[in-house]
Amino acid sequence: MTINMGPQHPATHGVLRLVLELDGEVIVKTTPHIGYLHRGVEKLAESKTYHQVIPLTDRLDYTNAMGNNLGYVLAVEKLLGIGVPKRAQYLRVLMAELQRIAAHLIWLGTHALDIGAMTLLFYNFREREEILKIFEEVSGGRLTPTYMRIGGVSKDLPDGITDKIKDFVRAFPDHIKEYETLLTKNVIWLKRTKGVGIISKEDAINWGMTGPSLRGSGVKYDVRKAFPYSSYEEFDFEIPIGSVGDVYDRYIVRLREMEWSNAIVEQALERLPKGPVIANDPRITLPPKDDVTKDIAALIRQFKIASEGFQPPKGEVYVGVEASKGELGYYLVSDGSNKPLRMRIRPPSFLNLSALPKMIEGSLIADVISAIGSIDIVLGEIDR
Amino acid sequence: MIIMENSLSIKKLQEKFPASVLEMKTFRDEVTVTVPKKDIFEICKFLYSDPDLQYQMLTDLCGVDYFPQQPRFEVVYLLYSMKNQQRLRLKIKVGDSESASSVESIWKAANWLEREVYDLFGIPFDNHPDLRRILLWDGYEGHPLRKDFPVEGPDFDKPFVPEV
Repeated sequence: MTINMGPQHPATHGVLRLVLELDGEVIVKTTPHIGYLHRGVEKLAESKTYHQVIPLTDRLDYTNAMGNNLGYVLAVEKLLGIGVPKRAQYLRVLMAELQRIAAHLIWLGTHALDIGAMTLLFYNFREREEILKIFEEVSGGRLTPTYMRIGGVSKDLPDGITDKIKDFVRAFPDHIKEYETLLTKNVIWLKRTKGVGIISKEDAINWGMTGPSLRGSGVKYDVRKAFPYSSYEEFDFEIPIGSVGDVYDRYIVRLREMEWSNAIVEQALERLPKGPVIANDPRITLPPKDDVTKDIAALIRQFKIASEGFQPPKGEVYVGVEASKGELGYYLVSDGSNKPLRMRIRPPSFLNLSALPKMIEGSLIADVISAIGSIDIVLGEIDR
Repeated sequence: MIIMENSLSIKKLQEKFPASVLEMKTFRDEVTVTVPKKDIFEICKFLYSDPDLQYQMLTDLCGVDYFPQQPRFEVVYLLYSMKNQQRLRLKIKVGDSESASSVESIWKAANWLEREVYDLFGIPFDNHPDLRRILLWDGYEGHPLRKDFPVEGPDFDKPFVPEV
């Protein structure tokens, strides 16, 4: 029997359509259909200057906007060969890790909701709201902050925000315990996740899976450790890994990851260096906003950069960052003009999803729901 | 410098396929090796299975259109070796209405990535088990990431009115 699941189905986390071929209740073959959310971001980027692409990246994986910004600006900075002030690097890490916690909270809430544990969603959104409020104060945006700039970040932290972040960091480990009392030893949860959607180490690597989905299978690969960027080498954190590679392992890995992200946020706040938050390169970076209203030279600089942009040298770079879903890569090709010749986004969810048919082959139809939840896909990023 | 670290990969590649390394470029510490289109499968297989190199992960595979240059397309392979923690970028040049050979039998990751290149650039891959469009629907005309495809779409000023 063939069953069509989606594109409008609450457990597909967006608009994903699966065509399931069944033998009784056992899945024989799965054919995913994607592209319902295709907006042509890669094509659009080719007609915009380098600065104008940043808001587009927010809208890829809309639960992880800061991480998407970070990957893109790092790629452009590598292309230009410019450095970033230490304070900006730390602020980027701080925001990216807060965003990782927020993204994992959405994942946990919706994943548990799919399986039937409804309570957790409300707890998760309570904490996520705190993070979004912090983002709003820092950048002005909640879901699409566009906080990062080429050469740094858009503005320094506002007054009093560090206390709010500190309060969050202090309270969060207790919240994780709260989630764990609801799920980790819950019999229903265990029955729905243990031994379900197993993918082996070798298969996971071969299918190009990255992030917590890969680490759940026991592969210790994290871009933050393998290719450290934005001063990640100065932070102390570990990479949690699973052993079996089932839904439960991926769940545990993400929970532990939230704890480590929380620790990184704490370290970043403690050691936050003083100094400028954006590099001062008149041909590339925007001038401080205060100067623009007072100084004619700064106004001209702002106007030139916002309208014409800058011209990086000919060449091509690839930068991968550890987004909340896995390795998010940007491959930029420059032809020496003020617009990228090609901006390729390597979406982690895309490759994680491509392994789903392998993961659920031979399992029951009810397990499809937990398997989709456990690879944590966001269709905005898959379809681009 | 990555090229020094990568020298083992490159040396082995040059030993095994002496005529195949057409061009080698380093930009911002990233090495790009251009190889002939016909050899890509053998080279990938070698890099994947060689015990010293073990490029077990295909991080990315994408197309680039250099229109109006000839041959206009490039297919870019980004390999990652967990053993050596190294990346290697391979490139092949593909002309208009030419095809490339699929590496799907080496890395399953290439399945969807090659489908995407086929969908958005119109480069077919030989020996691909399931070469269909992936992001756009079946029956769509044109390949949007080609440089001669207008960014607002070919039917921008021709609204689609279904026949009733």
